[in-house]
Amino acid sequence: MALDPVPAQPLPGAVVVTGADGRLGRRLVRALHRTMPVIGLDHRESSGFPPDVEHHALDLASKRVRDLLKRPGIVAVVHLGVLHDPRARVERHHGWNMLTLRRLFECVEEFAIPKLVLLSSANVYGPRPDNPQLLGEDAPLLAAGRFSEIRDLVELDLFAQGFFYRNPATETVILRPSHILGTVKNAPSNYLRMKRVPTLLGFDPMMQVVHQDDVVSAIVRALSPGARGIFNISGPPPVALSQAIELLGRQTVPLPHGLARVAVDRLFRWRVTSFPAAELDFIRYVCMVDDSRARRELCYAPRHDLGATLSAVDEERWVD
Amino acid sequence: MDPKTALVRIQDGASAGSLLLARLYQGARRVADEIGRKVLGPDFEERVATLEERYRVAPDPFGLETVTARRAATVCAFFHRLYFRTEVFGIENVPKGRVLLIANHSGQVPIDAAILGSAMFFDANPPRVTRAMVDKWIPTLPFVSAFFSRVGQVVGVPENARRLLEMEELLLAFPEGTRGIAKPFSRRYQLEEFGLGFMRIAIETATPIVPVAVIGAEEQYVSLGNLSWAARALDIPVFPLVPQLAVPGGQLPLPTKYRLHFGEPMRFHGDPDDDDAVIADKVWLVRQCIQHLLAKGLSERRGVFF
Repeated sequence: MALDPVPAQPLPGAVVVTGADGRLGRRLVRALHRTMPVIGLDHRESSGFPPDVEHHALDLASKRVRDLLKRPGIVAVVHLGVLHDPRARVERHHGWNMLTLRRLFECVEEFAIPKLVLLSSANVYGPRPDNPQLLGEDAPLLAAGRFSEIRDLVELDLFAQGFFYRNPATETVILRPSHILGTVKNAPSNYLRMKRVPTLLGFDPMMQVVHQDDVVSAIVRALSPGARGIFNISGPPPVALSQAIELLGRQTVPLPHGLARVAVDRLFRWRVTSFPAAELDFIRYVCMVDDSRARRELCYAPRHDLGATLSAVDEERWVD
Repeated sequence: MDPKTALVRIQDGASAGSLLLARLYQGARRVADEIGRKVLGPDFEERVATLEERYRVAPDPFGLETVTARRAATVCAFFHRLYFRTEVFGIENVPKGRVLLIANHSGQVPIDAAILGSAMFFDANPPRVTRAMVDKWIPTLPFVSAFFSRVGQVVGVPENARRLLEMEELLLAFPEGTRGIAKPFSRRYQLEEFGLGFMRIAIETATPIVPVAVIGAEEQYVSLGNLSWAARALDIPVFPLVPQLAVPGGQLPLPTKYRLHFGEPMRFHGDPDDDDAVIADKVWLVRQCIQHLLAKGLSERRGVFF
């Protein structure tokens, strides 16, 4: 089933974006607000939204969210507000994320909102030595096995899948993009922003990266009526890690895996680095996705080539 | 002698010496180039260019990279042409497009895969990259993992095989797996049980199967048996007992003569999800074909080393 290419048909109502004040959220709001009313929700105070965007600073897990979603005319919810902070206490983190999503599900079901989009990640498949080179949407989500920090995201993804089957009236879309690069403050962008990039001696896995604006365009396409299900999203063709770092003109510091693991673990505990040691697996094994389904059904196609995608991490962060 | 004269003399001597060295170096390089041309063949550059062209048009998601592959081919050429002096029979049987090479696995170290890959690169027309399916623990090894993926080897999971065949690649699989390669010398050229996975994938993707008999690999390392307790203790698949490793220089494989016999392509039809018994019958045909090629090749060979 082919859908109309972007710009998505303007929806006959408003879109609620959670986590609207995140770096990706702000870009999404800007991409949407000219075609449809946008309501941004975030726990942060808004900073520089276009004047026609309604913004509410509130705790996403609070009951006030329900009052907002109760309003007539809301036709879609885009959930970007997943808390990912490796420093936060696990129970708080996990409880908050699950509670927020449950609240959203309840509201979407109760007020019969026809569309729900959750931004998950290709990381939920987990980097593993025996991974197929390109993982399909039906591959098991094995990330939590080696890597408990990502458990939240895996559970949210599975929770949303359950919702998808329970509520056929709502078109639920789960997007699983590969490493998002840009002004966003996620682990892969932070990693590539380092002046000297540490790598693992003797390991050079193939990588997929995707530009933040391509992810935004995928979310916009996911809002088209008729789109539903799980979609992997990736950008330009895969590239070896070493080649990506070379294209960025950075120096690498290869470290033996055993040493790197101990060192990163210590540095994380001393709060010198924000990378948990388990994330080293992402620069050790492949975790790449096959996004042919998104290309076929959402008519998604990345517009940024490899060079543009990689250099996006160096863009000035205050120019949005 | 005053110090100045001495210095001049030393300089003269040094320049004469360096001239000699330079001549020697140039001579050595000429000889090396000559050997290189002989080993690599006159059309080496052309063959590399053919493949570079192919993977420039469609970059390989598995990480094949032509610069490293070219270097690896140079090293393999030495073993293929000079060390093992491979003789290739029936390579024209390998059809164009997607194809699955099924071969017997032997020799403790997977040199047979490298030689088969060399044959497909140096002796086939047009040259092809052989994508071998490697063990799932290979990606955990530093250097090996990076090197293997750059020369086009892939982790042996069905999804990868399917994707490569849909990309019209040439796949190499050893359905005997570790059981085959780790056989002791006493069971040489006797095929172990075959796995069934390759047949299901061949049927599903409508891929012709070319059976290949590799002769000569069994004798490169003579294994007296497998120390299963040592393998268990070290958590590795096998621990072959190879006495030649204790002899200085014995770490290199014995310079046996490799002979590769390519059979006619076999095409299978039916339901890829059929019962094991039905699939096993088809696998049996391939196994018999390789066994037959082995028997024929062994009866024709005059000696192990020549």
